[in-house]
Formats: sequence, C-alpha cells, structure tokens
Amino acid sequence: MKFYEYKAHEIFRKYGMPVPRGVLASRPEDIMDPPLPCVVKAQVLVGGRGKAGGIKFAHTLEEAREAARAILGMTIGPYTVREVFVQEMLDIARELYLSITVDRSARAPLLMASALGGIDVESVPADKLFKVHIPPLVGLQPYVLRALAKKLGLPTEISNQVSDVARKAYALFRGEDAELVEINPLAVLKDGRVVAGDAKLIVDDNAEFRHPEYAELPQDRTPLEEEAHDKGITFIQLDGDIGVIANGAGLTMATLDVLSLKGGRGGAFLDLGGTDDPEKVKEAFEILLKAKPSVILLNIFGGITKADTVAVGVKEALEAMRVNVPVIARIKGVNEDRAREILQGIGYPAETIGEAAELAVKLRAGGA
Amino acid sequence: MLELAVLLDERTRLLVQGITGHQGQFHTRAMLDYGTKIVAGVTPGKAGETVHGVPVFDSCFDAVDETGANASIMFVPAPYAKDAAVEAIEAGVRLLVIVTERIPFHDTLDVVTYARAKACRVIGPNCPGLISPGKAKAGIMPNHIFRPGDVGVISRSGTLTYEIVHAITEAGFGESACLGIGGDPVIGTSMSEALELLAKDRETKRIVLVGEIGGTTEEETAKRARRMRKPIYAYIAGRTAPPGRRMGHAGAIISRGMGTAQSKIDAFAKAGIPVADYPVDIARLLRESPAPS
Repeated sequence: MKFYEYKAHEIFRKYGMPVPRGVLASRPEDIMDPPLPCVVKAQVLVGGRGKAGGIKFAHTLEEAREAARAILGMTIGPYTVREVFVQEMLDIARELYLSITVDRSARAPLLMASALGGIDVESVPADKLFKVHIPPLVGLQPYVLRALAKKLGLPTEISNQVSDVARKAYALFRGEDAELVEINPLAVLKDGRVVAGDAKLIVDDNAEFRHPEYAELPQDRTPLEEEAHDKGITFIQLDGDIGVIANGAGLTMATLDVLSLKGGRGGAFLDLGGTDDPEKVKEAFEILLKAKPSVILLNIFGGITKADTVAVGVKEALEAMRVNVPVIARIKGVNEDRAREILQGIGYPAETIGEAAELAVKLRAGGA
Repeated sequence: MLELAVLLDERTRLLVQGITGHQGQFHTRAMLDYGTKIVAGVTPGKAGETVHGVPVFDSCFDAVDETGANASIMFVPAPYAKDAAVEAIEAGVRLLVIVTERIPFHDTLDVVTYARAKACRVIGPNCPGLISPGKAKAGIMPNHIFRPGDVGVISRSGTLTYEIVHAITEAGFGESACLGIGGDPVIGTSMSEALELLAKDRETKRIVLVGEIGGTTEEETAKRARRMRKPIYAYIAGRTAPPGRRMGHAGAIISRGMGTAQSKIDAFAKAGIPVADYPVDIARLLRESPAPS
C-alpha cells in the first residue's frame, strides 16, 4: 500500500516524528488559513511531481489558491491530481537523507542515512552513505545511532534530533508493517530544528489484516484492477492487446514472455492462482473480458488444479458475458481431455505455450 | 541442521500443521500417497481426531513428544503463521516448510531469523515445498510429474516449476530433488543456499534454476555457481514485466531498476550458465549437454 504524502505525515506524527504543518485541499476555496509562506504540493502516488509542475510556492492566501487552481486537475504520470497538500515553507539550512527498507538478501531491515540529502539516494557516493542492517529480533540498538552520528559528522544538537527521528522511523517501520520509510530530504532548518521535508511510506499489502484502517486508501490501480483487487483476483493491465490468463504467477509471467518472443503483446496479466472453483474462474474471466482483449490466451498446468473445472468456469463466463473473443486454450495436466471436450467449439486448442502464443498472434493479425 | 538427501527422505517424520483444514486434508492425502511418513497433525482444539489415519494433536509440543516428528509442513492461514512457525521451531523440528501465502514479511523476518538461531531449516513461505522423488514429499506439487533421477530443481515458482519438471520427466530424465523456495521477498532458504545444498547432494548431478524478476538472489546464485562443478541450467520468468508492478508473487517486482530479468540473465550468462528462452527448453538444454559423470 502506497501512501499519499499527507497521509504519511499523519502516520509520522503518530510516531512523534517532526513533520511540517499543513492542510489538505481538494478545491482552491477550501484553503482558508494556510501556514504562510507555503508550498502547494500535488498528492500523487508517483515521483517526479516537481518536474511536472506539481509543486508551487506561495506567499499569500491568494497565491496559494492560485497555485492550487493550477495543480488540481493536472495530469502527473497516469494520475489526475485530486488533492493538494498546503505545507509550511521550510527555511532549510541543509538536507540529509534517511530511510529504512528491507534487504531481501540479508533478511533484515536496512537503515540508510547520509549527510547528502535531497538527491536521489542512488547518486550518493557509497562512502557518504551510512548503511546498517538491524537484526529484527532485537531491534535498533543505541550503538547503531552512535555509529550513524559519527558517520554523518553533524553537530551534537542536530545529531541528537536525527537519532531520534531514526529511532522513531524504525518503530514506525516495524509497527506499521512498512516496506519503505523514506525521508528525503530530512531537513535541518535554519533555526536548528530537524524536520521531515518529504515523507514516503509504503506498507506491506499482506499486512492489511493488521491495519484495516488502510484498506480504503486509494492505490495506483486502474478501475478494473481495483475491481479485481476487491474480488481477490491478481490482475494487472498491460499495454498490449492479448489477454493472458494462467494459473500461478510464474507461469503467467512465462506465458507473457513466450507471447512476446512470438511477436505478440500482453494486454493483461491474470493469475488464477490455485483455484479450480468454476465460480472463481468465471469471475476472473469476466474481469479479463472487461479489459477488451482482442484474443485471450489461457494457459493452465493442472496439477492440483483440475483442468476440467477451470474449463467449466471459462465456458460459463463466455456464455454469461455474450462476447465473442477467440480463446486459445493450452491446457495440460489432470483431466485435460475432459477440459478439451468442454471447450470444444469455444476455444482453439494448443499443445504447447509456444504454439498457443503463435496462434494468438495469428488470430489477432487476422482480426478474428 | 538436516542434510540432504535433500533435507527429506523416507526416514523423515513429518508433522502437518493445519491438518484439519481443506488444504491440509487434501495434501496430507497426496503426501501419504507418495509414501511420506506423516506421523502427526496439529490443529489447536482438535486433539484426538484423525485425518486419513494420522493422529491430530493440540500443539506441536504434544505432537513431537508423542510421535518423534522432526519436520513440519504448515497449512496455517497467514495471520496465524508466525505463531505456528515459532511453536514448531520451539518444539524442536529441524525442517519447516511454510506453504502459506500472503504472510506479512515482517513476520517472516522474525521467523527466519529465529529459525536460524535454532538451527531449523525453513523452506518458503509462499512455496510448493520440497520433494525427494521416490522417497518423500513435504509439499503440494503434483505427484505424477516426478520420476527419480539426477536433476535437482530449485524454483521460486509453483506451477511454472511443474511445467518445467514435467518437460524434464517427459524428455526421459528424472529428478533427485525439487525445492520450491517460494515467491516472497523474504524466504527461509535462498536460491544460492539451495544451490549449496544440491551441490553437496550425491544424487544430484545437474541443477536447474527457475528464477523470476525481483530481488538479487539469481545474481548472488550466479556468483556462487562459478565455483561449482555440476552443470547448471536456468530459466527466468518476467522478461516482459513492467517495472514497479508486483507480478502475482509478493517478491516479483522490479523496484528502482533492480531485479530485472535481463540483469539475472546477464549474471547467469557471465557465470557460464545457459538460460532457456522457453520453459520447456530446459529439457532441450539437458538433452544437448553431455551426461555428467
């Protein structure tokens, strides 16, 4: 789950981390008493909003509303800006960097900090970057913070505040099931305060059951992806036109890859998972049809999943939706013969993934 | 730590956590059919019942005390998985297969770190488990696609693995072991660790790696593979996956330019490992290379 900046601020505040004052607005006239001077920031789930013109400065209420008028409705990446966050302008003396993420290989949280902030962390030279793994079972111990302070070489009163932010960020990382807590820049103000100049927060989707309060947060999904998500279906829209549906994430990816090797382009990734409940299959197929693919490539390797029950779901979905999209069905494994019988007259059978992909490309070119 | 034939053989005394659930019952049947010695099941509150003749206990401690179980496979829903895993580790199992998907990775971090401290080998989560063909299965993969042989298979995927194993078997080869290490970002046994296990395994003469986008485990594996004598072949899924999207598996995501299929294919190529374009081409690669000694 990704968080809008203003929402991340809320969570940061809950953990006692210093964030700038600010107000959220979805209409210019909603801005009544902004902290002046201020920065008006587009709330979107992608980076690069500054370059796109989604961040503007204002010194008066009128200027703030003007900025909001310009930003609201703007398109940034695939998104239309619906809300702006009007935040106090920070009088920044220097910019630092702080983040906590998970190092998959080390199987541990990774704390990173640098005295060089406000720039992409990848462009920070390795010797200027403090990196340490935090053992998950014991957590962030003070020695780590001492080492961090030494590496960054900041004056004591700044350093103490940075340590405090790091400690609280770790508490947030663990407490909120975060994948990423990133503060860039971590701003040192001219008056000596240390404040989160930006707040990036991503929380593990799989931890939703522990954080039901996040379930309704808007995510970067298309409306159709949102519908699939609500139904518990793994569905991703892609920029091609051939709908790919398979059982298992790896197999679905592999099917898309083979399709591409044969000159086709996948328009959708739909992983049926381990289900062979015809009702579930039908539901999934209906989502796929709504994406209006020119051809559907179905690839089932039946092991535990029985091929014939998948076929029943496919048949029912096509009948219920009354659409005439060619379905290329490559079905292997348990009960494959019965599956073929069920799909007779509906689908084009194929033996291998390669053959199915070739057929999909051909039918598409033929405009079938 | 348990050593192979690979971690699991006829002597393994397996416990099934969550045995009374739909999945637990179904796969207990299939594992028994494969000849696995399942000595106990655990579902809190269901002590005294049996599932396919296997006695059910309230806790892992009771199960281990009564039956001498030394390995466990978990079919426990994600919210209870950490609890169940730590209980099994505390009860003393040496091998823990976590089939459950959608476990928060923070829970997995705790479980795998604790397991390591207690010398318990974890496979998964979000994995099909492992099988020693002809000997035993602690997993959910279909029984019929395997045949005892000398090809060791390591995979981050489920059905894609079955597809590839099926092709290997149909081509006349057989498998010494198949480890489904799981599709999550944090897993108990990484691809390179699994490779070390298979490198030491006497019955494994050649190795097939099935990787996918996300993380850097294939790159790390490629580095280790350079020192190994057994021939290795690979397949990588997700060449066409868009960056920033989670492709079904929690771990299958290209983030900040890291974890692309190309990076993995390049790493394998540099280590002299042939990478198949099509999943079934793994069988062709095996056929075309000289039989290992």
